[in-house]
Amino acid sequence: MADMTSTLSGPRGPKPRKVLSRNNIMIYGSLIVVSLYYLLPLWVMVMTSLKGMPEIRMGNIFAPPVEITFEPWVKAWSEACTGLNCDGLSRGFWNSVRITVPSVVVSIAIASVNGYALANWRFRGADVFFTILIFGAFIPYQVMLYPIVILLREMGLYGSLTGLVIVHSVFGMPILTLLFRNYFTSLPEELFKAARVDGAGFWRIYFQIMLPMSLPIFVVAMILQVTGIWNDFLFGVIYTKPDLYPMTVQLNNIVNSVQGVKEYNVNMAATLLTGLVPLAIYFISGKLFVRGIAAGAVKG
Amino acid sequence: MDPSISIKDLHLSFGAVEVINALNLDVGQGEFLVLLGSSGCGKSTLLNCIAGLLDVSDGQIFIQGNNVTWEEPSRRGIGMVFQSYALYPQMTVEGNLSFGLKNAGFSKTEVAERVAKAARILQIEPLLKRKPAALSGGQRQRVAIGRALVRDVDVFLFDEPLSNLDAKLRTDLRAEIKELHQTLRNTMIYVTHDQIEAMTLADRIAIMRGGQILQLASPKEIYNRPNCKYVADFIGSPSMNFLAGALSTEADGTVRFTCPSGVFSLDGYAFDAPVRGGEGWLGIRPEHIASGAEAASRAIQLDATVRLVEPLGSDTLVRVMVADQSFWVRMDGRTEVREGDPLPIGFNPGRCNVFDKTTEARL
Repeated sequence: MADMTSTLSGPRGPKPRKVLSRNNIMIYGSLIVVSLYYLLPLWVMVMTSLKGMPEIRMGNIFAPPVEITFEPWVKAWSEACTGLNCDGLSRGFWNSVRITVPSVVVSIAIASVNGYALANWRFRGADVFFTILIFGAFIPYQVMLYPIVILLREMGLYGSLTGLVIVHSVFGMPILTLLFRNYFTSLPEELFKAARVDGAGFWRIYFQIMLPMSLPIFVVAMILQVTGIWNDFLFGVIYTKPDLYPMTVQLNNIVNSVQGVKEYNVNMAATLLTGLVPLAIYFISGKLFVRGIAAGAVKG
Repeated sequence: MDPSISIKDLHLSFGAVEVINALNLDVGQGEFLVLLGSSGCGKSTLLNCIAGLLDVSDGQIFIQGNNVTWEEPSRRGIGMVFQSYALYPQMTVEGNLSFGLKNAGFSKTEVAERVAKAARILQIEPLLKRKPAALSGGQRQRVAIGRALVRDVDVFLFDEPLSNLDAKLRTDLRAEIKELHQTLRNTMIYVTHDQIEAMTLADRIAIMRGGQILQLASPKEIYNRPNCKYVADFIGSPSMNFLAGALSTEADGTVRFTCPSGVFSLDGYAFDAPVRGGEGWLGIRPEHIASGAEAASRAIQLDATVRLVEPLGSDTLVRVMVADQSFWVRMDGRTEVREGDPLPIGFNPGRCNVFDKTTEARL
């Protein structure tokens, strides 16, 4: 006799999923095509940078190198000439580090306090202040280039790294403040109230309550600033002098030199070297980046 | 004795919106006061004003006789418990409890002593080293209460502390809060929209609407003698049945109530003042309506038809129709009634509440 509790024939349990369904083919197909499209230039760059000039002149740019050489990388880093200096990109690299690190630290420190004050301490005129700040984000940089030259000259900072650090910090302010304000607004307001009842003041709440909860948004801000400042060309070329040119400006001077042979392999290596820092930052903290962007986007 | 908290002529407006309007309130020493109202009535706003988390537009707030209107929240002598617990996520339970004390500059031994005492009272000693994320909802709320407790303050403010908990836990913690109040005898102000919490906890309930207190009285008074139709309607579930009709006074002094369902003599109803007549509301609670054979012993009797039956286990709620008027009736849980059954109902005028039609005030 059949067991009363046994199930009948027919669908039961999890629904089987086809691996090669039409949807999957569409999704993975287009993903593969798009990734190839983006990866191909990188492939060409890496391969070219590992070839010698004779091999490059043979033409087939997609082929892997027959004879791997790291000579172009060494040359790009320490021997390539820009103007009178022939110590390669290394000079620009260290200049960029000396520009990026203080700019990132200063801009994030100020912007996070700004955002915290705007989100939690509704001071008089906060809305006006915020509106002005955001308005700043929509003014094209180019409009302000020359006034800033005069400002820096008057302050005696024109052509120095300090001047450039100040410019970067100021220009990072609108978007970073917006980012931090939105993040702090999304944190529960009752936490802030509880801390006030507990007798914590402006800075204590910031350092002991808010900061420990905001790692994701700090990572987002750091990535935005590091990539933005590292990749900057315009400010670097305008507000510094050849000795202090950041890596991007030096890269341009190496790649765009009009005299002599075009050393494609050295150019490729130099470009890759310049791009390594933002790439590394992104790969190390990419997960936090996505989380922070999502958290900041919830509430505006 | 001085009141523990005294609010004088408080105004609060956000731009053009008046949230609290000329509110006066005195809370006695050791009193448990519940601010009750539907959302948007200003009850949480009032609590935030008392805590000092919102600047008032006008008026004064006194706590223990001190004018604290301009005082920082931490210096008002209050502890506050929030709906979302608001525990600092990166600190342990111990860190949460001691944060306020450290800010106030207490010595290490004093902090440890107070934390240990609060943990003992609330039975959270085994949890002290844990982070809030590793606690259940009930434990978190206990820690939040502990954070107010360690401050050793005169006044506790609760902002809907049980709303985020499930029904069973809510009942347990409600009893715990009541016990806590009986042990500590602090003044407590408790904001809620849950009338059961209000009725069970409060010494006095303040029913709020539109930034004003409509009635401030003991739970019994609020339930039995609501001073206006809104309060009568708000308290009780299901809410009071209302009949619209006309009041008229006979030569012998008895008041008659005339409505489409019939004409009743309100003999036995204690009017606040003699009525001359006019339009009015007659309100009767579902639990004060007798049905079936019992109805015959009541002064006012009606013949009704059952429309809807909602068994709750302990009781059965029945909606009946008398002509076009629907009544909620609370019946014994074992009663067997079905839709369409005829059901005689009856009630006594003494259990009714009569309100003026236009002012909605109690008569």
